[in-house]
Amino acid sequence: MLQSLTGLALALFMWLHMGFVSAILISEDVAWAVARFFEGYFFLPRPQAWLVSSFVAVISLLFALHALLALRKFPADWRQYRIAATHGSRLRHGDTVLWFVQVATGFAMFFLAPVHLYAMFMHPDLIGPYASADRVWTGGFWPLYLALLFAVEVHGSVGLYRLAVKWGWFEGGDARASRRRLKIAMWGLIAFLLTLGLTTLMAEIRMGVEHAPRAGERYVPTWQRGVTAAEEAR
Amino acid sequence: MSRRLKISVFRHNPRDPQSVPRLVDYELDEQPGMTLFIALNAIRDTQAPDLNFDFVCRAGVCGACAMVVDGRPGLACRTLTNTLPDAFSLYPLPVFRLVADLSVDTGRWMRELAERLQTWVHLEAEPELDRLEARMEPALAEGVYELDRCIECGCCIAACATAQMREGFVGAVGLNKIARFRLDPADTRADADFYELIGSDEGIFGCMSLLACNDLCPKELPLQTQLAWLRRKMAGQGIRWLRRR
Repeated sequence: MLQSLTGLALALFMWLHMGFVSAILISEDVAWAVARFFEGYFFLPRPQAWLVSSFVAVISLLFALHALLALRKFPADWRQYRIAATHGSRLRHGDTVLWFVQVATGFAMFFLAPVHLYAMFMHPDLIGPYASADRVWTGGFWPLYLALLFAVEVHGSVGLYRLAVKWGWFEGGDARASRRRLKIAMWGLIAFLLTLGLTTLMAEIRMGVEHAPRAGERYVPTWQRGVTAAEEAR
Repeated sequence: MSRRLKISVFRHNPRDPQSVPRLVDYELDEQPGMTLFIALNAIRDTQAPDLNFDFVCRAGVCGACAMVVDGRPGLACRTLTNTLPDAFSLYPLPVFRLVADLSVDTGRWMRELAERLQTWVHLEAEPELDRLEARMEPALAEGVYELDRCIECGCCIAACATAQMREGFVGAVGLNKIARFRLDPADTRADADFYELIGSDEGIFGCMSLLACNDLCPKELPLQTQLAWLRRKMAGQGIRWLRRR
């Protein structure tokens, strides 16, 4: 049950995460405001980047706990791997294949996610329009994010579908019909999140390429530019 | 014009020291309305008199003829050859002890499961045989009967990756039985008693919800619903225990 709970929490968090990062598609100012909001910029006397680090630590712990619990279900030895592979290929059964997808994407995330989490934990202040774009392009993170995007969105959406059928959520009077609907929703969710994620990543890459000569420069929101210029003139 | 079927049949007799596991191809002409029961009998009559396979009822009631048909477990007597490609394979069910060729001993496995999960109605006192049974609401009786339709064919076990990978896993057949007795008001066991039987990774928490059991059950039992229901009940019991501690 703990595996289900941690998985649910992580999957829902990743929806929010996608919402936050895709703010760059609206405008650079919105992306800047979202990033600063989590540092307490709008409600504390001074922004506190450690708030973001703390949240990253909580997510990392949830991720580690979920991975630890999920490991119980992985094939444990060569015999089990061989049985699972033979069984899966012969059976031609959709939900069994989905579980293999979960194992593969989960395994990929063991290695991909910690790189991102560590970077966010150590440099929580480097989240923002220019800082993120510099990390993506100049910092060479874009291949990692591309792989992570597919792994996370597929794993999360398939995981939510599997949670629903595992615990009997939204089952109604006709379990077969509701399962068909849940599966359609799962594919729809994967398509939507991948489209949004790829569009966001493309926007970050484009901005990173343009900003590469000035990599390291921090973004100043439009409403503060006059103030900053005046301060510099003084 | 009828099709010429090519059926690759697993052949092996573990009691014969000379026997080597192998696939043997048999060809025959498909007839209208032909089931695998008819096809296998035709093969045994004309090509392989020593071919072993089990049949009793020929009507999907006994479960004896379960085998892996073209990669998927099913009942041979209920499988029409016109639903299969021109060439396909037949294997015995995995997990169960192989008797020979397509014949397996599901009986011993099911018996051990029944003893382990205590799949019988538990009463607090000896029943008074000269008194009428306690009445049961028709809807509840229907619910119990629905789960009692399991014929223990073993298809759910053969369809389940968990059951094949992990020897002690009780599978949908075992969990469905527990759901049946949990539903039955005549059984006096509480959730705590059922938790002792299936509240582990060998029971309901080992199930990975791949749902091949639900999708390939020849009796179309509502296994997805039952497994989810049992999971909720057992999780609730686990939480109650944690609170008490």
